[in-house]
Amino acid sequence: MRGARLDRRALVAGILDRRGDAAVVAGLGSPAWDCHAAGDSPLNFYFWGAMGGAAMLGLGVALARPARRVLVVTGDAEMLMGVGSFAAIAAQAPSNLAILVLDNEAFGETGRQAGLTGSNADIAAIARGAGIEAAFTVGGEAGEGSAGPDVAALAGTLFEEEGPVVCVAKVALSAESGSYPPRDGVLLRTRFRAALAGD
Amino acid sequence: MNDPDISPYGDSDGSDWGEQVFRSLPGLGIRHVATVPDAGLGRFLELCEADPGIRLITLTTEEEGIALACGTWLGGELAAVAIQSSGVGNIVNMLGLPNVCRIPCLLLVSMRGEAEERNPWQIPVGRAVHDLLAALGVDVFRPESASGVAPAFAEAAAWARETGRPGAVLVGQHIIGAKSFAGGD
Repeated sequence: MRGARLDRRALVAGILDRRGDAAVVAGLGSPAWDCHAAGDSPLNFYFWGAMGGAAMLGLGVALARPARRVLVVTGDAEMLMGVGSFAAIAAQAPSNLAILVLDNEAFGETGRQAGLTGSNADIAAIARGAGIEAAFTVGGEAGEGSAGPDVAALAGTLFEEEGPVVCVAKVALSAESGSYPPRDGVLLRTRFRAALAGD
Repeated sequence: MNDPDISPYGDSDGSDWGEQVFRSLPGLGIRHVATVPDAGLGRFLELCEADPGIRLITLTTEEEGIALACGTWLGGELAAVAIQSSGVGNIVNMLGLPNVCRIPCLLLVSMRGEAEERNPWQIPVGRAVHDLLAALGVDVFRPESASGVAPAFAEAAAWARETGRPGAVLVGQHIIGAKSFAGGD
């Protein structure tokens, strides 16, 4: 068992505080609630379903809007369901795309069933194997009192380093309160598209 | 399944529909083509790959293409997703995304499992394609001849753009031709 899991709400808030005008694509469940809790924005597109699609939707935005930074924030199981996306993304090499995987090693939304990243699957290693060189894991360092990552530096990597970038953040299996974005898909797509239209 | 007939059936009129669809892309504002390749799409895909103005995005599974096309449209650009009929079976849950969000998507589907199919593994999903798409709010365009594919594609693109409903052009096996397994059992 690793120690020093990160606080997901604090991590996401700290990163999104530094987003500038980046577009954010949030995978379904807790990552969407985390992004919403950090502050709603027309530049956030939240999934409420379509599991496995967040990274590829982010790639689509990044390809259509190459001058816009795009951050995908999703969970470990959502990312694994779309794990082939890493190969597709690596082939396109979008310099403006970053993916933050909040890895709690469980299916947090459905009853905390154990996921596959606690026992065996290493998402950053899979991403590297698919051809994304800038793929790494933060958090979960062994030992008491680990300070965790420098959030400002991590945000800099996610928003400024040449992409594609994949960061897997080992976060605590926690029970934050719901912070729910609109469920109206037409509203979400209309405001997101309009916010990007000026590029 | 409410489509008991093996249809359509007939001859291609010999038009180079793959080139015609490719040539229509600039006029339709399409610069991104996502694909899990199929032999039936071969001509279209080779032209896309050779054109520096088209970004060909190779997928590992067809559902990635639906999510990608939704993303490009959110970024202001209609994309085309070019897949084989069996791949329609892989996109079912992801079609909830364009359905709920009313995002235009454009699919070009090369059919298997129709008349002259000799691989039984292609038949189950091939026969279900129309019903799967219709059940999930994708409107189906079915050109009768090779020369009708590019016009159907243009119509499906306009349909998607103007109505926010995904459109799929099914290119029948009578247009593409059947795959031979000569020498097999």
